[in-house]
Amino acid sequence: MATTLPLSTRGLLPAQRVATAATGESAVVRWVLIGVAVLFLALFIFLPLAIVFSQAFAKGIGPYWASLRQPDALSAIRLTLLAAGIAVPLNLVFGVAAAWAIGKFEFFGKSLLITLIDLPFSVSPVVSGLIYVLLFGLQGVLGPWLARHNLQIIFAVPGIVLATIFVTFPFVARELIPLLQAQGQEEEEAALALGASGWQTFFRVSLPNIKWGLLYGVILCNARAMGEFGAVSVVSGHIRGRTNTMPLHVEILYNEYQFSAAFAVASLLALLALATLLVKTLVEWRARRQLAESARWDGEEQIA
Amino acid sequence: MAFTFKKRSNLPGFGLALGYTVLYLSLIVLIPLAATFLKASALSWDQFWHIVASPRAVASYRLTFGASLIGALINLVFGVLVAWVLVRYSFPGKRLFDSLVDLPFALPTAVAGIALTTIYAPNGWLGRPLASVGIKSAYSPLGVAIALTFIGLPFVVRSVQPVLEDMDKELEEAAASLGASRWQTFSRVVLPTILPAALAGFAMAFARAIGEYGSVVFISGNMPMRTEITPLLIMTKLDQFDYAGATAIAVVMLVFSLILLLPINLLQKWSSSREEKTSALVPEEIH
Repeated sequence: MATTLPLSTRGLLPAQRVATAATGESAVVRWVLIGVAVLFLALFIFLPLAIVFSQAFAKGIGPYWASLRQPDALSAIRLTLLAAGIAVPLNLVFGVAAAWAIGKFEFFGKSLLITLIDLPFSVSPVVSGLIYVLLFGLQGVLGPWLARHNLQIIFAVPGIVLATIFVTFPFVARELIPLLQAQGQEEEEAALALGASGWQTFFRVSLPNIKWGLLYGVILCNARAMGEFGAVSVVSGHIRGRTNTMPLHVEILYNEYQFSAAFAVASLLALLALATLLVKTLVEWRARRQLAESARWDGEEQIA
Repeated sequence: MAFTFKKRSNLPGFGLALGYTVLYLSLIVLIPLAATFLKASALSWDQFWHIVASPRAVASYRLTFGASLIGALINLVFGVLVAWVLVRYSFPGKRLFDSLVDLPFALPTAVAGIALTTIYAPNGWLGRPLASVGIKSAYSPLGVAIALTFIGLPFVVRSVQPVLEDMDKELEEAAASLGASRWQTFSRVVLPTILPAALAGFAMAFARAIGEYGSVVFISGNMPMRTEITPLLIMTKLDQFDYAGATAIAVVMLVFSLILLLPINLLQKWSSSREEKTSALVPEEIH
């Protein structure tokens, strides 16, 4: 097949021919591709961000602050912080435990366990909320028992926390499993041989090695916890000032045509998203530098 | 060979870590999911079929799957393009663009929903020009596809990008030295290498779009039979205290997402084995 190809670069020296064809496209093609990619990203990324902030400040800075200081807005912010404050640490502990078992040991059913841990990512947010309604709601499996004991989970704060835990379940584990796997066991075995206890080995050897991945996982987990809408919407009952999180408050304001107030609260969530991306970029940058450094160390060892 | 549950290891803490993992997984994920299937099994097959095959439900599947497919296809094409541009070229603002590709992962869906609706509403920045040429974007199936394109945007980019970064230029140079044009090199050397990763990203974007709720409900207009997605139908049934109906449709969605996990896992495996193969083809050091 290769012999029938027309040579469009005839007239160049063979070496030049290879170089121009292999190193890249012509300037025109390059800039057209860059232009199309930038236009696509501008349309889907920059435009939504721009509209959030322009609408939030459409009536000026005064009304912006006023809509954030409304009692309902403040209680929504408090509830969002509370839900994330419970869900993130719980998923952090779980993520570390799961990553330790999966990353450091070989056992039967490991790949099934990984699939099950990832499961919440493939469940629709609405269904994620619904499963707790079916378990704890009045019509649910445990509903009558809970009602007899005067315990309310659905349409109350515990339901919101549970739904938040579910949708953010895999984040930390997912970040840590490949990291712990890649590290192998030599460093831990050395620490143990030198007399460290299991916990000492974990806190002084394993944890420092995975701290950037851990931070990244926690940040992602937190962003999703504070921003979750569908699952929380199902279990919340939308009681103003009591079971409304920030995203739910945004929805209520928007549906009441209080657009600039809705976008004011939305702008806080957008800032959270931007801060998350900033931390992500920094963590990736750190990790890359660490990788380059360890590669240099290896190189020096080989020379020595 | 005798069956052993776990390979020998010198590290401690396996029992505690695995025990806690399985306990927490069961409490948060497995038991509630099992309760849902249990609840659905209370329905007879006829009742179940009557709910999940009702015209309104079928119309919602058609919209959800159709719009998800369109969104994922747009992301397949533009995701490969964006990944290519970010890896191969340098241009002003490249690092900013690279960081912001993940915005749809980080931005709460409700915020994305009201932002996109405001842009594409009949009096919006883009909605007005589109309306003037007779295209209704918000409150139509097109609006649903726009929202689902937004939320699936990072998947293809992020799965293709590392493959392109690891790809050895020697392969392309070899193709070129054998007389291939740039386009032939791309379509016969580069494309086959990134195809598994691109398809894995496509499948993930598709799966994510099917379940999506927050970014769609604002822009879709939510008219039964026309612009009502399946997750919204579940929500509506719940608001009307139709728990059986909501559960039946939720089970359909759960089964679909479980089925979709299989091709996604296979594509990811194919992608990583392909990556190993191509890097094995070109030894790191040729002296």
